[in-house]
Parts: sequence; C-alpha cells; structure tokens
Amino acid sequence: MGPIPAKVIEETARELTARAAIDIPPDYREGILRARERETGRLSRFVLTEMLANWDAATADRRPMCADTGLPRYYVKLGNEAAVEGGLAALERALRQATAEATAAIPLRPNRVHPLTREDPNTNVGIHAPEITYSVEPAAAWIDVTTVHKGGLFGSDWRMLFPGDGIPGIKRFFVDTLVEGGKRGLACQPAIVGVGIGGAKDTCMRLGKEAACLRLVGSRNPDPGAAALEAELTALGNQIGIGAMGFAGTAMVVATHVELAHTHTGGMPVGIHQFCLSSRRATARIHLDGRVEFRADPAWFTDYYRRPGIE
Amino acid sequence: MAIERLDDVRMDEIHLTTPVPERGLRALTLGDVVYLSGALYTAREGVYRQVVDKGLPLPPGLADLSNVSFHCSPAASVRPDGSYAVEAVTATASFRFGRSMAAWLERSGAKVIVGKAGLTERAYREWFVPQGAVYLTTVGYGLGATYGRSIRRVLGVHWLEELGIAQALWVLEVDRMGPFLVEGDAEGRSLFALANREINARLAEVYKSLPPPALGRFGEVIVRTDDVV
Repeated sequence: MGPIPAKVIEETARELTARAAIDIPPDYREGILRARERETGRLSRFVLTEMLANWDAATADRRPMCADTGLPRYYVKLGNEAAVEGGLAALERALRQATAEATAAIPLRPNRVHPLTREDPNTNVGIHAPEITYSVEPAAAWIDVTTVHKGGLFGSDWRMLFPGDGIPGIKRFFVDTLVEGGKRGLACQPAIVGVGIGGAKDTCMRLGKEAACLRLVGSRNPDPGAAALEAELTALGNQIGIGAMGFAGTAMVVATHVELAHTHTGGMPVGIHQFCLSSRRATARIHLDGRVEFRADPAWFTDYYRRPGIE
Repeated sequence: MAIERLDDVRMDEIHLTTPVPERGLRALTLGDVVYLSGALYTAREGVYRQVVDKGLPLPPGLADLSNVSFHCSPAASVRPDGSYAVEAVTATASFRFGRSMAAWLERSGAKVIVGKAGLTERAYREWFVPQGAVYLTTVGYGLGATYGRSIRRVLGVHWLEELGIAQALWVLEVDRMGPFLVEGDAEGRSLFALANREINARLAEVYKSLPPPALGRFGEVIVRTDDVV
C-alpha cells in the first residue's frame, strides 16, 4: 500500500473545489434554517429564504452559489503514517494544478491578482496562492484535504488586548467587529464567527479563521471556558439587532467558535473572522490504498491539534 | 403611505425591461422587489478606470442597449472554442466607487446601478437624483446561482485582455434577473439608512453591559453610531 499517487490528490482537489463552490455544507444549512425560524425581521427573513432557494439552484444546476468564489485555499492534515508519491512538493504541485484547472472548468472567478500591478493570471494560482496550511495527526495512515473558499473583504479584524481587559474586553471587541461589518450587510451575514484568542498576533488570526471555516455548526470547544464563551458570544451577537444583510433582525450569528492558544503573559491577542452566508468548504480523506472518502467534517481541531502538553 | 420604518416597506414585486424608462424609475419605492429583463453590463474598478480615469467612451452602442450597470464581475471563463461560460453573478461593495460615481453616471448614461451595500443618502441626493438614477441592491449578497440562472447569453465582453476576466465589462442578456431591492430611490432615500437608524436606536442598550473599547486609547471610535458606513 501507498504512497498515495499525486494524481489522486490532484483529482480529489478538483472535485473538492467544485463541491466547495457549489454545495453548502449541511451543518451550515441547518444553522440557517434555524436562524430563519427565529428571525423576526421581515426583510431579513426574505433574505434567508432567498439564500436557501439559491443553494437549491446551485446544487440543481451545478453552478457556483456565489460569483465571488473567494480565495481558494487548502488545509492538509497529514497522517503521520501516510506518504505521497513524490513527497510534499508533489502534493503542493497537485493542489496548485487542480486549482488552476477547476478555475476554468467550474468556473470560479479568477480572483487572485498581483497586488501591485493587479495583473490577473486568470488561474487563482500565484505567489503564495493558494495558501496551504498543514497539521499532523499521529497514528493515521491517510491525508485529509480540505478546501475553503473564503470571500469578502469585511468582517475580520484583530486587536492586541491585554490581560486586564479580560473576557469583557473580548466581548466588547466582538460586538464592535460585528457592528462594523454588519451594517448594510458588508460581512454577508448571518455568518459563522470564528474567534482566535491567544498565541501571537498571526496565531490568533489563523485560529480565528480556522475556527470559522473548519468547525461544524453545532460543535463546541472541549474547554469548558471556551464553550461557555461561545454560547455567550452567539447570544450577544444576535441581540445587537442586526439581521441578515444589515436589516433589523435577530439573525446575525449562526454560530460562534472559539479557539485558544497559549500566549504572552502580558498580552491577549484576539482575531475575529466571519465566514459568510456562502460558507464554502469541502473535505476528503485519501487513504494509503488510494481510496477517497468525501467527508462532511474537516476534523481539523483534533485533540492532538489542541494538545497542551509535550506529547 | 410614507415609509418611515422598515416595517412600512411594502415589498411590491416590479418587473422592468431595459433600457428602463424614466417613469419606471420614478415609480420605484424603497424595498420594492425588482426583476430585470433585457441587457445589462458589469462595471467595477477596471471599467471605472477606463471610463472615469482615462476618459474612454463606453463600447459603441452599449449606452443605447442598456442603462443598467452592475457593480460586479461574474464567475466566468473563456472556453477553448472562444465562447464564454458565465455561471454565477453577485455584486461587489459599491461604496468603493463612491468618488467616481458622479462622473460615471454622467459619462455612462446609466440610470440603474445594481450593487452591494449601497451608497449614502447624500450620495444619492447629490449624484443620483440629478441624473435621474436609482440604486438596486442584490439580495443576501450571495444569490450567485439564482442570478446566474437568468442569464440567457453573453452579448459581449470588453477590455478582457487588459483587465482580465474578473474586471472586464461583460454585457449580459438576462430574463427576469432578481430579486433586487430598491435601496436608493428617485428621491434619494436609502433603505439601509432606514435600517441603520433602527439599529443605532438600540445600540446604546446593547453596549450598556460592555466595557469601553479596549483600545479607545489608540483612537478607536467610542460611539458606534458614528461609524461612516
């Protein structure tokens, strides 16, 4: 058995890219159905009803649910016992090749441009693009590939809070960020809100994004303090009075996911990310025998990934 | 009935054909649900650069064909045989074009701007009303498949080489594309301004249990109703 042929990874990534662009993840759809049930604002309810119909149209036609098909990126969980033919360089090449081909075939909007010249290669591939993030899982003989296409320019922010600001300071920053991005619906809410707390400033931003994009709606952080904060922040977000698309309402937040990292003793960096109404992700597990298993759960935040000790 | 609150919005369903006549525009009320048929064209940063900054005219015949321009670019590709695949359409945030809007309306002759998040009431009063233009917002900001379904064909693509797929000017023939909501009407009123007044009225209560912003000392705004959105 194994190593996994790079060609299998490439074909899988092409399929994942299509699924992410077209099919809304079932946990998120459930979350929106529940949001519509509790939404009291007439315009906000109208928006949510139209969004649900849009997902049906996307699935039926096999066309992207949103024309801003975001910035495709990959999260790769490497089983410690797995290997790729040609090594990690072959895996990266496969993901880049799949991105370029899928961009033309689906089609995705070629969103990736050179930041200064604005020149567009029309492939969504470029310098540091697509981003590929790795983590490791012990005793596993597979590779999980998840793609996330996060769009949008609004609704994410970070602050260096300090220990004295405490949890009330986190709540304040959370509400500030939601109000800022929520008016006129700039954050394309309701959204899954990811909150990364701790680490260094880049860690909190990374964790916030992963918390928004890679956890299932309905999941809870195993840390009781983090789980309690998730529930409080969700309730707080839905009390602001902003609903879908910035109309008055009670559905701003579908779920809040908090992730933690041990941090500097003098600081408390916080990163907040909102994963929009067109929340796009898709995951596959590729086994050493070449079998491909499409999965609903990216299973990114494993006990090992969150481990506090040396082992 | 005058619309003073979001609850006053009737959400009448209106069907318009392009080029949209002046009386059609004047009849639109805030929050009406609009469907468009005929031709419309996309325009975002790249196209504004050509028309507003460089002073180039719109492609020949376009202004006669349609007076509807869409702040967007589609998820599209050019097939190997040279034909176009356009599968999904959604809008991009319109306030980015604020400083060019007056010149754009004057030079393009567009009377209907379709986009995301609208502009301010002041922008509507000062730039849209004198040109007889209105603003429609897309819905949910993600109805890509719904809008994409109504595209009958691509009538043309302009500046594709210079601007790339995501910034080019796409001329689309559409059949009952919608729903869009009337955000800026012929009198210069804004649906989002109405929503924001209602939201702002409650914000003090929301903030009552929360401490001041942690970094207010670094110049963050303290009063969230002062946000310029």
